[in-house]
Amino acid sequence: MVAGYNTISMGSGRKEFSPKRERPGLEDYIKEAGQGTLKQIGGAQNVDECVIGNFMASRFNRQANLAAFFPFIDEGLRYKPATRVEGACGTGGLALMNGIKSVLAETAEVVLVIGFEVQNTVKAIYCADFLAPAGWAANRKDGHAYFFPGQFSERAGAYFEKFGRETTRKGFARWYRNAIENARLCPTAQEYHNTIKDLEAAAMVEPNAKAFLENLTALDCSKVSDGASAIAIMSEEGLKRCGIPVTDAVEVVGYGQVAEDITKPPPDKTALTTMRQAVSNALEFAGINIGQVATAEIHDCFTVAGIMAVEALGLAEHGKGPEYVIAGNTARDGKFPINTTGGLIGWGHPTGGTGVHMAVTLLEQLKGKAGAAQVNIPDDRPYGLMANMGGDDKTLVAIVVRK
Amino acid sequence: MTYEERLQHVSVLGAAGKMGSGILLLTAVEMADLSLKPVNKGKTFVLNAIDVSDEALSGVMRYLKAQILKIAEKKVIGLRAIYADRRDLVDNDEIIAQYIFDVMNVVRPSTRLEAAYDSNMIFEAIKEDSALKVKIFSQISQNNPKQPWFFTNTSSIPITVLDEGAGLGGRIIGFHFYNPPAIQKLVEVIRSKHTLDEVNEFALAYAKALRKVVVPANDIAGFIGNGHFMRDILYAVEEVHKLLNDMSVTEAIYAVNKISQDYLVRPMGIFQLIDYVGVDVCSFIMFVMNPFTKDEEIHSPLLDKLLGMGVKGGQYSEGSQKDGILKYEKGKIVAVYDPLNHAYVPVSQFQSKVDEKLGTMPAAPAWKTVVGNKAKDDLLKPYFARLTTASSLGAGIARDYVKKSKEIGKHLVSSGVAFNDADVNTVLLTGFFHAYGPINEYLD
Repeated sequence: MVAGYNTISMGSGRKEFSPKRERPGLEDYIKEAGQGTLKQIGGAQNVDECVIGNFMASRFNRQANLAAFFPFIDEGLRYKPATRVEGACGTGGLALMNGIKSVLAETAEVVLVIGFEVQNTVKAIYCADFLAPAGWAANRKDGHAYFFPGQFSERAGAYFEKFGRETTRKGFARWYRNAIENARLCPTAQEYHNTIKDLEAAAMVEPNAKAFLENLTALDCSKVSDGASAIAIMSEEGLKRCGIPVTDAVEVVGYGQVAEDITKPPPDKTALTTMRQAVSNALEFAGINIGQVATAEIHDCFTVAGIMAVEALGLAEHGKGPEYVIAGNTARDGKFPINTTGGLIGWGHPTGGTGVHMAVTLLEQLKGKAGAAQVNIPDDRPYGLMANMGGDDKTLVAIVVRK
Repeated sequence: MTYEERLQHVSVLGAAGKMGSGILLLTAVEMADLSLKPVNKGKTFVLNAIDVSDEALSGVMRYLKAQILKIAEKKVIGLRAIYADRRDLVDNDEIIAQYIFDVMNVVRPSTRLEAAYDSNMIFEAIKEDSALKVKIFSQISQNNPKQPWFFTNTSSIPITVLDEGAGLGGRIIGFHFYNPPAIQKLVEVIRSKHTLDEVNEFALAYAKALRKVVVPANDIAGFIGNGHFMRDILYAVEEVHKLLNDMSVTEAIYAVNKISQDYLVRPMGIFQLIDYVGVDVCSFIMFVMNPFTKDEEIHSPLLDKLLGMGVKGGQYSEGSQKDGILKYEKGKIVAVYDPLNHAYVPVSQFQSKVDEKLGTMPAAPAWKTVVGNKAKDDLLKPYFARLTTASSLGAGIARDYVKKSKEIGKHLVSSGVAFNDADVNTVLLTGFFHAYGPINEYLD
């Protein structure tokens, strides 16, 4: 993987954002990200195939048939094979997988992968409607007004009950602090302008079930984001064609792609069992263990998901995620930095783009190109891991890349 | 008759007006919420929106729809529970659309007063005209067999005058919302000499359901809110006159407006507030109050003069400010009306000159940062300490203004309008969004 590009993750929190002002459309985001990557790979003529990941443009933007936006990015992409994929918030990961598989199947040497979502077209309360199909539609009617936050609030409640509320909430607060501190170092992050002084204290404010959720506050949740990310997936042949030295790319050394029954409730509300499976498959494929990984990008759509993901990765025992995080292990100077540009809570969560954004961040970190957000990548741990989750632990993609 | 039964048939008079439309909205929502309770299934709730103009009523229906949408979006978590049995309503937008329909479905717009002849209770928000109110109340009372209760939104006419004039025998209470009723938390409740206990009890229950802050006031013209506001206006006009030796009338109006906003840490200056309420409305309130205030002249020749020149202020139906004593562009003050030359004079022509005359202003916290701030005393105390020692012209006027405002507040208590200091402060804090009550010790 090479030639990553992220647009700004636009939404509340960015100084330039105002819900009342007219904003760029999805085509602007797609074009910016697509051209950002094309410029780095010598232009559209080098591309064999295109994949675009998006969750719900059909409702947010009244737009479908998204594969046909590639020729709009660059006329040179006209008449090339293009596919749109969807897997809710795990869409970006699926888009990457499509590209990886085309290259592995040798049907393409160079695949342009884009993921995006433009969600600020509606208020959060309607956004909740549009995102709800990430879960089982039959559950929507009796679900919370904010359907997905409601599901993760339930998970948080279960976790509180099993492992203690106070420590867990402190873990959430530390997770939030790490996310914002990292985002402040990344100019494209939605929370780049965040000025809250005491982040953990802000995150410890009690949830209000009447106004929002029983067990989570707004700071426990990723925000509504507009953004796009793009990356190129290439064979060595492809790199040659584009004139890119192999040392500029990260190597995909393993992946795990896993789906779980959307119609069934999670077997254990306090664990991300499907993510655990995907990560374990990816590490096994790569022939490594988590101890060899330097950094990870994981799907913290909510703080509670971040905590449980730490456990799913095998960094902490079940129930010990909060302590692991509180101890600073996942902070940028900790022994296992996670979400080094803020993750979904800090950088932003343009749903269909998130998986691709994870890959771009890993690429930048492993290649020492993360700018102010750069963390230390020890020579003896040359791997990066991403875990992108669709819905409530349903459609999972984990990918391991090597420096 | 229970609370719910009473609210099954209601009329709002003057429903298309600024106050009436807000009262209509709040009442429609309350009635619809009652109708959606399982125990009330099958019962009909009717709210007549009565006004003189079909066009205005059409506008008020549009206003209602837009406002109910906002309300529904805010309480969608609760609405999902209310509509839990409606399996056909799944997404939030479907729930919200249904709720808008259910509230709108309570409302019956009409230009016929006769519609009120079936109502159990009547909200009145028509012109501040005692004779007109008496005439309409007695007409409804004579033709309505249900012995309806009257809730008048008058801000200045003594309730006893209306009660006795229309022969209501205590079936009336002053229920004075603040503008805009949908947002302002304050309601002044005023009993006439004869108001029945059950009317008062209902009024308190209704205010509670609407989550309003109730301040009882005595039945003395102007009550607490206008009792303070009108005297505040008269004082401001006095200050303008005092400044005329040194500056033109437009400059003086600008200066006093600036001082009453910036130096006093108020949400808007006094002349902007007059425009907001309407020069005509203010002038009329004074006209109504004046006969009832002994030893005191509640009357401003300046306001009357401006009104005579067509300077009215008030708001456009969509809520933006009309030009009045001041001229506005995108909500900002850009000019001041000159009654001598019958024309607006741009603020830019004299602003720096007047500001210089007022002198250096002691660093004041912005109203926005003080209001709603739990630790506002930490901001206000040091500010007023600076104001006390400042020697500029502006600071001097501001100090006198703060003292006068306190004196007015104290007078409302000593003359029996308000029951205590706290009630006066509550009215100014909640009804006028002041950052601090007029009865304070900042300058003592």
